[in-house]
Amino acid sequence: MSINHQQSTNNSAMIRVEGLVKNIGSQEILRGIDLDVEPGETLAIIGRSGGGKSVLLKHLIGLMRPDAGQIWIEGENITGMNERRLASIRQKVGILFQGSALFDSMTVAENIAFPLREAGERDPKVLRQRVSQILEVMELGGQEEKMPVNLSGGMKKRVGLARSIIRQPSCILYDEPTSGLDPVVSDSINRLIRRLQQRFGVTSIVVTHDMKNAFHVADRIAYLHEGRIYFHGTPDELRFSTDKLIQDFMHGRSEEQLTPQAFGGES
Amino acid sequence: MFVRFFSALGRPLIRFVQYLGEVVMLGADTFRSLFTHRLRWKLFLNQVVEIGLLSQLVVVITGGFTGAVFSAQTYFQFHKIGMGSAVGAVVSVALMRELGPVLTALMVTGRVGAAMSAEIGTMKVTEQIDALRALAVYPTDYLVVPRALAMMVSMPLLVAECIAVGIGVGYLVAIFLLEVNGTYYMANMVRWTRNRDIIMGLSKAFCFGILIVFISCHKGLTAREGAVGVGRATTEAVVNASLAVLISNFFLTMTLNIIYPAGYQ
Repeated sequence: MSINHQQSTNNSAMIRVEGLVKNIGSQEILRGIDLDVEPGETLAIIGRSGGGKSVLLKHLIGLMRPDAGQIWIEGENITGMNERRLASIRQKVGILFQGSALFDSMTVAENIAFPLREAGERDPKVLRQRVSQILEVMELGGQEEKMPVNLSGGMKKRVGLARSIIRQPSCILYDEPTSGLDPVVSDSINRLIRRLQQRFGVTSIVVTHDMKNAFHVADRIAYLHEGRIYFHGTPDELRFSTDKLIQDFMHGRSEEQLTPQAFGGES
Repeated sequence: MFVRFFSALGRPLIRFVQYLGEVVMLGADTFRSLFTHRLRWKLFLNQVVEIGLLSQLVVVITGGFTGAVFSAQTYFQFHKIGMGSAVGAVVSVALMRELGPVLTALMVTGRVGAAMSAEIGTMKVTEQIDALRALAVYPTDYLVVPRALAMMVSMPLLVAECIAVGIGVGYLVAIFLLEVNGTYYMANMVRWTRNRDIIMGLSKAFCFGILIVFISCHKGLTAREGAVGVGRATTEAVVNASLAVLISNFFLTMTLNIIYPAGYQ
């Protein structure tokens, strides 16, 4: 079993997670996660569906509270913080939700301007300019007045991304940015993540089960398996790993042998 | 055997107490936020329109027909003992102290409480509440405070409107349909109706508004499991808020009657 577990001891990490444990109901979701994310790097967290990747991501921005363990964001321990104190942390960290989570009663422009307006920006001219600027970056020019319900999946993701980066956070968390999208749109999202990192130097954490997505964007990859970090290393280390579990996951091989009877059920 | 009996008895009780605690905590959180954080005026005014302005038709119809039927029924009884002109006093005091606040609250629960829990519940299950939190906006500030404040402002006004319309329609029914003497009707009504009856009705309205808004918002904020969950949250919000209005009405009546006693004194 090749467990490559890096743990830096300096305090410069953008995000640090120590011994994170989370149970939901009687189910153990996370069983002790240790993770460091350096400023400016892109970490992909891969793993099977239902393996706790999204739960881990939600802990990093305080949307869920750990049962045990600590989380630091830029040196600040957020574990015991109340919602109001977390607000200052959340201005530094943006998140793109799996379902985009756009406000469905607002137009695209209002959605994107929302964080600015909440931060106290009132001038409609400035708001309009910032929104159209970011829509250009997202290749969504001219869609300002549409309602979220009239957007395709890929467009929703891009609007969601625009909304989470308009306040220029130093870290962005992506929850399954390419799931449910066709390969061409997936590729454009991947390029967007890359571009954001190169242009603004943001730290990114991408949760995904799409290997292409992971290899395309990541500087490092962590493989989450049964509530623990099973592997942590560069994309090349992952690619050339001889571990059976990792190889099976990368090539999408199911563990169980499929008999003809099994085709009746879930495979 | 005993253990099982008591745990079967205790679990719903604990759940109930926990539920009450959550609603009270939401209320406390809202009042704290109301006094310590800036109000979102636009959202507040939107809610005043939604809760107050657009509920008027329902409330006017409720008040009008209640006043009409109450006036008629009272007349049928009072007429036998030659007290037809006392109908006005009975209608006005009953509407102010009980019927106006309670019926308005029940109608507002159905119209506004349901909409609140459905809207907030849908936001909850589609991760929009998480999105608010992730964008550094505290959901109580953004969703509950404007609604609670709008409810506190709107409910007394709606109840006042309901009472006024009820009295007006009761008058018309008594004078034009039942041929009561209008002068005696008005004189008796004014004589037997006190300021404290009005204050009691409006105090109840305020309390009911608070109950409805926190019960409905709490159900929305704790909705789970998709469309079914939102449906369940909405139903429970309406049922719980209606029961809360009816139950608290009794205790409010008993308490407020000490401060604002009924009758001509």
